[in-house]
Amino acid sequence: MDRAPTARKEETIMKVAVDRDRCCGAGQCVLLVPQVFDQGEDDGVVVLLDPSPGGALHAAVAEAASVCPTAAIHLDPHG
Amino acid sequence: MSESGPQEYPFRSQAPLEPPEQWERLRQECPVAPIRLASGDQALLLTRYEDVRQVLSDPRFTRRLDAEDAARVTANASGGVFGVASGGLAGGGGEAHQQWRRLVGRAFTAKRVLAMRPRVEAMAGRLVADMVERGSPADLVAGLGFPLPVWVICDLLGVPDADRDRFAYWSDTMLSMTRYGQEQIDAAQEEFAGYFRAHIAARRADPGEDLLSELIAIVDAADGRLTETVVLGTGQGLLVAGHETTANMIGKMAAMLLADRSRWERLCADPSLVRPAVEEVLRFDANPGFGMPRYLTEDLQVGGRTLPRGSTVVCSMGAANRDEGAFEHADAMDLGRTPNAHLAFGVGPHSCLGQALARTELQAVLEVLLRDLPTLELAVPPGALARREGLLVGGLRQVPVSW
Ligand code: HEM
Ligand code: SF4
Repeated sequence: MDRAPTARKEETIMKVAVDRDRCCGAGQCVLLVPQVFDQGEDDGVVVLLDPSPGGALHAAVAEAASVCPTAAIHLDPHG
Repeated sequence: MSESGPQEYPFRSQAPLEPPEQWERLRQECPVAPIRLASGDQALLLTRYEDVRQVLSDPRFTRRLDAEDAARVTANASGGVFGVASGGLAGGGGEAHQQWRRLVGRAFTAKRVLAMRPRVEAMAGRLVADMVERGSPADLVAGLGFPLPVWVICDLLGVPDADRDRFAYWSDTMLSMTRYGQEQIDAAQEEFAGYFRAHIAARRADPGEDLLSELIAIVDAADGRLTETVVLGTGQGLLVAGHETTANMIGKMAAMLLADRSRWERLCADPSLVRPAVEEVLRFDANPGFGMPRYLTEDLQVGGRTLPRGSTVVCSMGAANRDEGAFEHADAMDLGRTPNAHLAFGVGPHSCLGQALARTELQAVLEVLLRDLPTLELAVPPGALARREGLLVGGLRQVPVSW
């Protein structure tokens, strides 16, 4: 990943939302991006740690959303 | 095609690591295909990615085929892995299922599974070392594939190491419809239940860190959420759902990666590919088994057609995983493929509860083999590998390897 010292102006914002009713607790998202997703200790249901993760995590968050088995992760790339 | 009547299912492949030729034709020409099962009953086979995903994600339909007019999958009526996967108690839909899942799910969170990882690696290392000591060539299915998942489930349930081999024997026997007679199967079931009841009592007296101790604590809190039968059913259910599936996948993974040795060499050169490679192996599996049945309790629109209520639909995740509409160069194995939203674990509310653990086991096995046996190769030509036939979960009988 290209880590230029000065963040580029047009860096996109990403808003993340999770649907806890749909989540089946498979934990794929937590394995991929533990900075953004966690699971409840008691039930394994997803917990969103960071609803607007930084640009360095966008690709991983997008991967998590696309492989989530219940499509419980929603992304709004425009914030 | 419709004039020729329903096709016999499951299909057979010409080569052990190649998909049946029907998959591509049906995806193209007949995405909702009438099939006839071993029981003689009829069902509809879905082979396209979008269709399979849609049906499996639909919470209204379950794999519990106990409706009167549901197709029987095998001649033996119990339905094997489909009936018992969630202890036979929550295989249906709705709230009871979700409640069971969230209770047991606490043992399968990513964090809990990551915490198990060093132990899984140590178990894999130990099995590989034993295999090496017995000498080359060896059968990787018997030496590594079948024992590892049982050891892991024993760990999860707090079963002492000394009892693992007995556990493995019961599990092998309860699963195998072919090698053992009904009497042996019944005896194994009986002994397993007896052992497990005693084990529950021992854990109750002296709780540990394991899932079973936690479940017992919930039973004893007597809030009506779980009964002892559910604890027993859950233990057996985890064995049924997590043993044969993972065991076979370990053998198929090794076979797929060694059949074209440039794949193995690429992984040796870059072990960071292990994670995506495991996903690609799961996607590429040409012999995943029967597929997932669903009984339609209502009419359903799939791919522009109406499937009538009362139908039994079989979702071929294997065929869906080779759909060009969902995966670029679907017929090529790409060890770095990302993202890889394959359907090997199903999707939706019933998707595999143990998938984080299964992934961990497969990754650990692959890492240990690459580390300890980089010279590993198939000891027979890939075409000489033989499939295990007639079972719900696909696999290879043996994977002879040398190093
Ligand atoms: C490579 C190995 C594995 C594969 C390919 C696999 C695949 C599957 C599939 C396809 C389903 C059914 C989904 C459905 O009905 O839609 C399932 C369910 C299930 N699996 Fe796995 N599985 C594997 C390993 C495991 C392991 C290691 C465990 C636990 C120890 C496990 C526990 C379960 C359970 C409990 C269910 C039932 C979930 C429910 O009904 O909600 N599986 N698995
Ligand atoms: S990947 Fe999806 S289903 Fe799995 S824990 Fe995360 S949100 Fe839940």
